[in-house]
Amino acid sequence: MEKIGPYTKKVMKYFKNPRNFGRIKNPDGVGKVGNPICGDIMWLYIKMRKDKKGREIIKDIKFETFGCVAAIATSSVITDLAKGKTLKEAIKIDRRKIVKSLGGLPPIKIHCSVLAAGALSEAIYDYLSKKKKEIPKELQEKHRGLEREKKEIEKKYKEWIKIEEKMHKK
Amino acid sequence: MVKKTKKIYLDYAATTPVDPQVVKAMSPYFTEKFGNTMSLHNFGQEAKQALEESREKVASLIGAKPNEIIFTSSATESNNLALKGITFANRKKGKHIIISSIEHPCIMESAKWLEVQGFEITRLPVNKYGFINPDDVRKAIRKDTILVSIIHASNEIGTIQPIKEIGKICKEKRVYFHTDAVQSFGKIPIDVNKMNIDLLSASSHKMYGPKGAACLFIREGTRIEPILHGGGQESGLRSSTVNVPAIVGFAEACKICKREMKKEAQRQIKLRDKLIKGVLRGIKRAYLNGHPQKRLPNNTNFWFEFIEGESMVIQLDLLRVAASTGSACSSLKLEPSHILLAIGLKPEQAHGSLRLSLGRWTTEKEINYVLKILPEVIKKLRKISPFKAK
Repeated sequence: MEKIGPYTKKVMKYFKNPRNFGRIKNPDGVGKVGNPICGDIMWLYIKMRKDKKGREIIKDIKFETFGCVAAIATSSVITDLAKGKTLKEAIKIDRRKIVKSLGGLPPIKIHCSVLAAGALSEAIYDYLSKKKKEIPKELQEKHRGLEREKKEIEKKYKEWIKIEEKMHKK
Repeated sequence: MVKKTKKIYLDYAATTPVDPQVVKAMSPYFTEKFGNTMSLHNFGQEAKQALEESREKVASLIGAKPNEIIFTSSATESNNLALKGITFANRKKGKHIIISSIEHPCIMESAKWLEVQGFEITRLPVNKYGFINPDDVRKAIRKDTILVSIIHASNEIGTIQPIKEIGKICKEKRVYFHTDAVQSFGKIPIDVNKMNIDLLSASSHKMYGPKGAACLFIREGTRIEPILHGGGQESGLRSSTVNVPAIVGFAEACKICKREMKKEAQRQIKLRDKLIKGVLRGIKRAYLNGHPQKRLPNNTNFWFEFIEGESMVIQLDLLRVAASTGSACSSLKLEPSHILLAIGLKPEQAHGSLRLSLGRWTTEKEINYVLKILPEVIKKLRKISPFKAK
């Protein structure tokens, strides 16, 4: 595929016109992740509904990202991949699917897709634990790993998070 | 957004286009006067003559003697030769080297390598503007110090060091003083004698000459060893067949810089200050890196809260503006610029850095265009960012 700089056309498409960015009011689940090494941050919001068969479906999903082109593109594409999917389907979205649907990522940017996948699994984890529902084992394991990183990141961005919280209270 | 315009290059600190006059001067040395400077015949002697004339032109830009200029292939090579050549030739005197914490990677990495070989390195800190305190240099010099190497002007934040004072201290203490002048050479006045410089590195492609030519000024009488051994070109200090066309171009570029320096610096300072003022006024939560005045005429460097530099650079590129960043996301090591960290920026602040460096063909119209689109780029990325402020 034709590339623009180090990125595929698809990555650039998502970067130029990111889909589903912003915040959902009163979300059912929030996934906040960050990479302590490079410093990128992704926040993902989900809203759920039940379909006719009673399955839980991601009705709406939005993201906010502080990071590079790959970070923005991966978080944008994951919202497209997850929207309208059942929880079971959404849990299966991993970094490989993200990279594939972007037509590839430079090797040094693969960690961005890991971050995006983590944001989604954290949002689902958050939803399930709020609803006091059973959490699949793999999600629990992922959560333990991500929790550690999250603490590091939250410490790093303490001031900005404070500013942001203050603004959203108003 | 804004209508399509022609491409705007604001990354002159990375490399410059070759001046058409330079290309013209180089051209005969590819096909007609192509000889090897070591050959005895007319072809060789013609090339040799061009080489020596070039040496004079380069030397005259910094008040050096022609025989004090050694041509190399790159500033990286010049800096390697300075550090490794001086330390190895003087290792009986001592094993201590002083550098700053904001050197170019080719100095940082050469020093690190020398450390592995058993030399000791002191890395001097800088203040928030990126300045080294000459007193710190004085205090750091020991009995076994053999070399002080301090960058003249920062490639990232443009800060111009007080190298005259540092040179004076080194002279008093009888320690060799090297400066990496890649960014300042041809842009601001340098006099190796008045500034007490023993060794100085410069590169052609940062000053409108071709890539593949650079030099190291080595003061007469300096004890130094080559790192490339072979046929003995460049007074035995740099064996390799001499790249005559590139060196002729380098010399021509020096001639133009010498002629235009004063006028061009004044012109660029005006544009630089307009850009700095415009960015700081037009964009909230924008900050200048480096000193407001004591910086290179062509350098601006900012950081913006809540957004990341690589996405800024790519977004600007889509709007046909070429810029650069010290963000971790744009580095191969996923580490932010060591220079921005050295001036006290936190990693997340360095994350949002943007360097716009001006040059000979930068116009006011281009600066106006950048001032128009940059706020929009930042607004767009801040909309996506989780961090917000009023």
